[in-house]
Amino acid sequence: MTEKFYEDAIIIRQEEIATNIYSMWLHTEQIARLAKPGQFVTLYCRDGSRLLPRPISICEVDRGDCSIRLVYRIAGAGTAEFSRYHTGEQLRVMGPLGNGYPKKSRKALLLGGGIGIPPLLQLVKELNCEKQIVLGFRDECFLVEEFEACGKVYIATEDGSRGTKGNVLDVVTEKGLDAEIIYACGPMPMLRAVKQFAVQHGIQTWISLEERMACGVGACLGCVCKSTKKDAHTHVKNKRICTEGPVFRAREVDI
Amino acid sequence: MNMGVNLAGISLKNPILTASGTFGSGEEYAQLMDLNKLGGVITKGVANVPWEGNPTPRIAEVYGGMLNAIGLQNPGIDVFVERDIPFLAKYDTRIVVNVCGRSESDYVEVAERLADQPVDLLEINISCPNVKEGGIAYGQNPHAAAEITKAIKAVAKQPVIMKLSPNVTDIAEMARAVEAAGADAVSLINTITGMKIDVRKRRFALANRTGGLSGPAIHPIAVRMVYEAAQAVRIPIVGLGGVMCAEDALELILAGATAVSVGTANFTNPRITEEITDGIREYMLEEGVEDIRELIGAVR
Repeated sequence: MTEKFYEDAIIIRQEEIATNIYSMWLHTEQIARLAKPGQFVTLYCRDGSRLLPRPISICEVDRGDCSIRLVYRIAGAGTAEFSRYHTGEQLRVMGPLGNGYPKKSRKALLLGGGIGIPPLLQLVKELNCEKQIVLGFRDECFLVEEFEACGKVYIATEDGSRGTKGNVLDVVTEKGLDAEIIYACGPMPMLRAVKQFAVQHGIQTWISLEERMACGVGACLGCVCKSTKKDAHTHVKNKRICTEGPVFRAREVDI
Repeated sequence: MNMGVNLAGISLKNPILTASGTFGSGEEYAQLMDLNKLGGVITKGVANVPWEGNPTPRIAEVYGGMLNAIGLQNPGIDVFVERDIPFLAKYDTRIVVNVCGRSESDYVEVAERLADQPVDLLEINISCPNVKEGGIAYGQNPHAAAEITKAIKAVAKQPVIMKLSPNVTDIAEMARAVEAAGADAVSLINTITGMKIDVRKRRFALANRTGGLSGPAIHPIAVRMVYEAAQAVRIPIVGLGGVMCAEDALELILAGATAVSVGTANFTNPRITEEITDGIREYMLEEGVEDIRELIGAVR
């Protein structure tokens, strides 16, 4: 089991980088030291009517500065509460949680859709190979410059306002991108399409999943996904997204 | 000062237990808190064979509470005996195994398998609202509850706690029925059946449509039902339902609980059980209570 901590973090800075999308840098005692790309943390609300910690992927890690960056979307009252926090305020955090992406030295295609884009940033910074990055947005773009500093970036927007009109796979087809390994994170319809594409082309593919969570540490069995084979821990065809995931080999999960 | 209690012949170093299903087998929390500080761990329900549980979403948060419809996913008794019991046995805490089943023979099989295991108590789940067979089917009818209690008592080597459902008209009648059938203790309350609808998607928030409501929203119901059960039976009561702090645990003890399980609060703070135990100790110091047993059922 990976080492994890429950600690008070301090907000270094927070800003809205696109409509309802927030970027928050947190100073942590332990979490930054251990965090790997693709892992997540859970943030605890101060409002006692909201009991469950919110799982949020780690976007960037600065181990020297003991800090992590979270980029999240306001999806409800809990994330709205976080967005109102200011520099210097404390926030209860648990992490790092989950497995993270494996880092392989092969020609890589990184596919990110919407709020699934942030966890790919630390990954692309740490990958030491040829990298092609495709980012898909509904309309408004974010984090593009940060990705451009790490490799060739292609953009898709649903409304065609920037880059290719369509989704990330439309870009892959249009530009004829090929790869030996795919790393993806995004909404479920996108991940299903990515899995289908990967199977057709025989490309090793790693996808990051999400689900409603309660404990975040593998105890409550709230956040499972269907697996193609019996899981070694649960002994049924369910894998815990918070513990065995959130990153899975596409072929090992039934999505 | 004494914080130890006696639960159906088993001594607990303090009255704080973890509620079944919220704490896995303890292993999941062992890195975040000290299991040795618990009176005991009540494990996730285990059946005779592995169960897949319900489809997702299984979790929905509501104001002051949460709904769950896990559906008793579990790896089955074989894995549990091989992996989870040896893990817990390394700690200085009591092991309470929660048992679930779809039929009487399922429950009996698990109780038999646990007979020679280093387990201190059995807690029998006849109150899960999220499975179609077994579970609550035994927990809403006093005759059925008594029958399953008798069948398990006939084979169990450890004291048997029957976990009761709040989804009944008369909790006292249920408690009396299992007491008369030989139960060594009762545990209450399990979750209250609820439902949440996503108004934007116009869909049920849970794939199972209904789920069990837990958290502070249900705490006053737990206090009332523990009190009613305490007036009805002589066997000890494990009180639970929305305990978030020492004061909540003390309310259940004063209402008649010998021990208290903490469930949903583990999700809000993985160290909450330790903080609750410390808070009870502080209360006893402030109030000049020498022995926690003075508090059990002290309000009538």
